[in-house]
Formats: sequence, C-alpha cells, structure tokens
Amino acid sequence: MKSLFASHSPLSAPDVQLDALHKLELIPFSERVKNAGLEEIKPLPISIIQVNLGKMCNQTCKHCHVDAGPDRKEIMSRETMEQCLTVLRNSNAQTVDLTGGAPEMNPHFRWFVEELSALKKHIIVRCNLTIILANKKYHDLPEFFKEHQVEVVSSLPHFTALRTDRQRGEGVFSKSIEALQKLNAVGYGIDGSGLLLNLVYNPTGAILPSDQKGLESEFKQRLKAEFNIDFNALFSITNMPISRYLEFLIESGNLESYMEKLVDAFNPMAVQNVMCRNTISVGWDGTLYDCDFNQMLDLPVNTAKANIRDFDEHALGFRSILVDDHCYGCTAGAGSSCGGEIA
Amino acid sequence: METYYDPKDLKNFSKIGEFGQELADKFFDYYGNVFKDSALSAREKSLIALAVAHAVQCPYCIDAYTSDTLEKGYTEEQLMEAVHVTTAIRGGASLVHSVQMMKQAKKLMM
Repeated sequence: MKSLFASHSPLSAPDVQLDALHKLELIPFSERVKNAGLEEIKPLPISIIQVNLGKMCNQTCKHCHVDAGPDRKEIMSRETMEQCLTVLRNSNAQTVDLTGGAPEMNPHFRWFVEELSALKKHIIVRCNLTIILANKKYHDLPEFFKEHQVEVVSSLPHFTALRTDRQRGEGVFSKSIEALQKLNAVGYGIDGSGLLLNLVYNPTGAILPSDQKGLESEFKQRLKAEFNIDFNALFSITNMPISRYLEFLIESGNLESYMEKLVDAFNPMAVQNVMCRNTISVGWDGTLYDCDFNQMLDLPVNTAKANIRDFDEHALGFRSILVDDHCYGCTAGAGSSCGGEIA
Repeated sequence: METYYDPKDLKNFSKIGEFGQELADKFFDYYGNVFKDSALSAREKSLIALAVAHAVQCPYCIDAYTSDTLEKGYTEEQLMEAVHVTTAIRGGASLVHSVQMMKQAKKLMM
C-alpha cells in the first residue's frame, strides 16, 4: 500500500480534505461551540511540546492521519532538533511527545532523546511496536527507552489479529505482540517498575470509540490471558476525518454518517479539555501548529512567526486556535486527545 | 429510490413526540434507563439488543446495534454468534411445536 502522497491522490492535498468536509454543510465547528454557550477555545500555558520527527514509517496503516509510510522521506533535521532543544531549555513545558511516522527511523532520534533526557523532560515516544523488530539496529530500543525513562505509547487497535491487521497491515499484530513482550521483559508495563507502557485504541472502521475504562479492562484481560502481556493504561482515541482515514470514509460511503455521528455526539465538556489548549505541535520542518491534526491539514499557528526557530511562548499564549470541522473528532462523546478521553 | 425503510429516518426517531409528546418522553426516559449499566452492563445489553433486533427484524435497530456493539468492543464473530442465538430460538420455537404435531398425528393414525 502506498501513501496518498506517493500515489498522487487528490486527497493528499489538505484543501481537498477540508473541502470534502465542508461539502457536507455541517454546522461549522466554531458555531457549534458558540451555540453551546462556550467561549472561543483559548490557549493555556504550554505544558506539552509534540515533535513530529518525520513522516517516514515502516508501516502504512489504513487510518494514518499523517499519511506516513516507507515512501515518505520528510524527516526533521538535526538543526531543527537543536532549535527544539533551545526552546525546551527555556520553556516550562515539562513533556516532550515524539511522534512520526516512526520517530525511531530519524537518524538523530537517539541523540535527541539523550539531550531531552539531560534536560530532565518527561519524554513520550509514540512507538509503533513493529519498528523494534524491523531491523537489528532497533532491537535494543526497549533498553534504550528504559535508560532514559521514556514513556512508550503504542497503537494496538484490537486484541485480535484480524482487526489489528486490517487497520495496520498483514502480520502487524503478531509482531506487535512480540514487541510488547520484549518491552515487558525489560520492565515496561510492569507494576512498580516506573516504566510506563500505554496502548492506544483506534476503532477499525467508521465507528466511535466506546468507554475507555471498559475497553482497557477487556484489553488487559485478553492480552494477559492469551499472551502474558501487561500494560499500564489504554488511551481510546477517535479517528479524525482527515488524510487516509478520510479516504476510507469516502470510499466506503461512510463519510456523511460518520460526521453526523461526531456532530451528534458533540460534548461541551470535552471542549474545555481539548489538547490544542496546552500543547504545541512542531512539524518535521519546524513549523508550529495548534495540534498534530492541524499540522497534517497544513494549518500553522495563527501568529506572526510560526516556526520553532522564532518560538515566542508569550505570543503563542495570545493566539487564536484554528478550528475547522475536523475538530468535531476531539469533542465527540468522552472527547479525544493523544492521551485518550478528555471528558 | 423510494423505499419503505430509509436509513435517514432513524435520525428522526427522537421527533415522534410531535404527534404525542407525553408518551414519547416516557418511552425515551424508559429506554435510556433500560440501557444503563445495572445488574447487566450496558455492553451486555447492547448485544442482547442486537439479537432481539434480528428477532423483530427491525432494520433501524440492526444498523444501530451493529454500530453500538462494535463500538463497545465486540468482534464480528461475537455479533454473528448473537444472531445465531436468535436463529436457534426462532427455529426452535417452530420446531418445538412439532411435539404437538406428533401428538396429534399419533392420535389420528393407526
């Protein structure tokens, strides 16, 4: 399977994606927020800086909002990483969330983690699991993560091979299980180790995620019984109607009903806690965004200078957060963020 | 194409109060309470609802509870097993009447 970008799909263009949503003539997200009697979504002090180390990945998942894959070559340079470190040295943000693609495929990944570790930041790596087995040079990632007390967050959409492989590719489930066992072997996900291993559940289809606690309990029971796997928490994340997931919705004839579901499930309580309020997302080229999804839709932060080299925490604190109809994905039901439910 | 069942009509279910608000309110209040976590979990109730939807052959209910059970984490295999329970009971309900048929036949025949 190729990325939308490599297959020259019109949907690889962000404006085409937004057009597809606008054609549905939903109540615009900003209006829905207003109708609920809420104020415009305003930034809080930045506590998380999420850094996208590149679109390169060893997998091509069907729902990927990054349109990542082996055919994507865009990765963050060491110079941009150095600019990130300069910002982080002077920032009160205590958490750095590394994402991709597969962030480990960036040749400067380990150096960057070591530098972040020296800054005493809490480091999250969004590890797709299979990367640990993909090449000999990645086999020691569990030990490397442990050395730097990295929190590992990994997607596992289901505890069955059928549903996981349907979303993430043939054979991904069995490799993911093997990788989880390797992480457990060094202490990840084991009570008392202090090494956090959290899993991410994304629905495999045009459905919304259900109660996070209930799903977590079932995942824990099934993974323990069948594979002797332990983990800390399950983050239940709604699929955003952008990029490859949007392509799936259009091709399967589910776009309209999925968006109606998101709109009907709009939860004002979730609006208060959306992640764009306390997070800044940094693209592979240093561009700043309100969130990872705005990054993929090429909607940079609404400030005079939107690049990490010109980072101005004060100005960012007064920016208007850019919203559009994809934002319904973060406010449906119990809400959704990179850390799971928010309401 | 015009059909008796339009999937879009399901969205208008909540508007039945237009022709009788009091009973509609009572029904939806009751419905909401039935599906809450209680002695049975909301998750278990969803699967029962899917099985019953097949028994009463309600297309709206089948759509709604296929989606709901999948969202609640059931697998396709589990959904199908629930429908086989429906089928077993429906089929069994016919077949068990053969006892009456047999009894009557034995009474009538030499």
